[in-house]
Amino acid sequence: MEENLNKLNNISKNIRNDIIDMIYAAGCGHPGGSLSCVELLVAIYYHNFNMNLDKNGDRIDKLVLSKGHAAPAYYAVLSSLGYIPHKDLFTLRKIDSYLEGHPSNKISGVDVSSGSLGQGLSVANGMALSKKIYNNDGYVYCIVGDGELEEGQIWEALMTSNKYNLNNLILIVDNNGLQIDGSIKNVKSVDNLEEKFNSFGMYVQSINGHDFEDILNSIDNAKKSKKPNVIIANTIKGKGISFMENKVEWHGKSLTKEEYEMAKQQLN
Amino acid sequence: MKSTRKAYGEFLCDIGSKNKDVVVFDADLAQATYTKEFKKLFPNRHFDIGIAEQDMIGTACGMALTKKIVFASTFAMFMTGRAYEQIRNTAAYSNININLCATHSGLAVGEDGATHQCIEDIALMNVIPNMKIFCPSDDISTKKILEECLKLDGPKYIRLGRNELKDVYSMNDEFREGGSKTFGNGTDGTIFAIGSTVDIALSAKEILKSKNINVRVVDLYSIKPIDKDTIINCAKQTDKLISIEDHSIIGGIGSIISNVLTQEYPKKLIKLGVNDKFGKSGDVESLYKMYNITKEEIINFF
Repeated sequence: MEENLNKLNNISKNIRNDIIDMIYAAGCGHPGGSLSCVELLVAIYYHNFNMNLDKNGDRIDKLVLSKGHAAPAYYAVLSSLGYIPHKDLFTLRKIDSYLEGHPSNKISGVDVSSGSLGQGLSVANGMALSKKIYNNDGYVYCIVGDGELEEGQIWEALMTSNKYNLNNLILIVDNNGLQIDGSIKNVKSVDNLEEKFNSFGMYVQSINGHDFEDILNSIDNAKKSKKPNVIIANTIKGKGISFMENKVEWHGKSLTKEEYEMAKQQLN
Repeated sequence: MKSTRKAYGEFLCDIGSKNKDVVVFDADLAQATYTKEFKKLFPNRHFDIGIAEQDMIGTACGMALTKKIVFASTFAMFMTGRAYEQIRNTAAYSNININLCATHSGLAVGEDGATHQCIEDIALMNVIPNMKIFCPSDDISTKKILEECLKLDGPKYIRLGRNELKDVYSMNDEFREGGSKTFGNGTDGTIFAIGSTVDIALSAKEILKSKNINVRVVDLYSIKPIDKDTIINCAKQTDKLISIEDHSIIGGIGSIISNVLTQEYPKKLIKLGVNDKFGKSGDVESLYKMYNITKEEIINFF
């Protein structure tokens, strides 16, 4: 266990380095929300996640990154798994690159394009529903941001998760408390999340979204659940870079040379 | 006489019995879209997502991504209006293989009035890359076009209607992506039509014939991709051009034909259809008369 946690923490460190290098090379991007979901993505992909295709050509375990602006984190993790050549990461957002600012399913390992907030959970439901109806194995993970919960479609989709009792769905909220215009509390509060999700018939777990033991346990619990799952992962926007942590201005901007050097120093 | 929505319902039952991978989504309108017939036969493969069109499209897309054959239905207004961005960003950008079968298109919704009469769905779908658009005009063309859609990858929008339409085609007729159907070879003019206006155009053609005016009618059932060659040939071979549609002339087939003509063979085109107005309540015949979507208007033009 200890060894595994060290391994995952090391991978996360590499992912954070890639994220900062990618955004610095691109000259723009979303560092805050990428850094807040690093452990979540690493935990999902490195914990019994089956990327193989079943007999129908359908991926066994799936992830929908509904908060598509965390593309740098997503691409870096897919690269660590061999789906994207590492050198390509630094072409992010460039005119001759296939690495779009928000995920496109033209990229190997990405099942569906995303980025327009609020849409991913419905897609994940459809995938999970297919597995249920056709008795296919596997789990469907979906990562949404907490600000994204302001989108009405999320709540439409939760009713669908509940209607079809999609207990093979694991929704993870990257609960970092911030959105572009400020704190979520001030913009349009989505407070009492546990209560809200409970009332929508979900099996709710609240965890520290940067603690691998917590994340892995919650995923294992979710897999035993008889209800659709939501994991509220409490996270820190900009996690790992002191001057970015909990700072709303780091939602969507690149770093100056000085900031870049400071960030790299902190990470290593 | 049969509505294209009813033909769609029959088609679903037919392929549903042949292929277990066929699934159908609806948004609390199964009675009206005729997916109810499929639901009766295959309740486990019919998913009513409730009055939540955005979620319905998203869920259907997720299912389609698992290699199932997906049909999603609601009224044209709520599919292309309410769920526009889901169609654009999830279905089309990801190039998901999905059949978006919208019923109750155009003024032909009738008595429910303006909020339910979608007269802009073609315009909205046409600007989306990867999208294919089809509009059948009777029972047989509905079933044959849907059959063709099964062979085509990517998102497809199929424009269906509420009102009953006369049979235009026979079982020998074939339909394909990018195709059209031409009736007659008159050189005095061409009437371009789609869906419910094909029969109107054919009636006008017969009346004109009795007046020694020989026109041809072109059913542009494949709206995207459009049959450019036929449009250009008609412009070259016939004197006058007119289009008639139960849709806004802004962004409808009239606009699409104009777009082809201006780039390839500039020629005047008269457009009959809804001209920058909302619809209203009324029976279909009265509505078509009020909005000048009639054979009389065509005949007056010649």
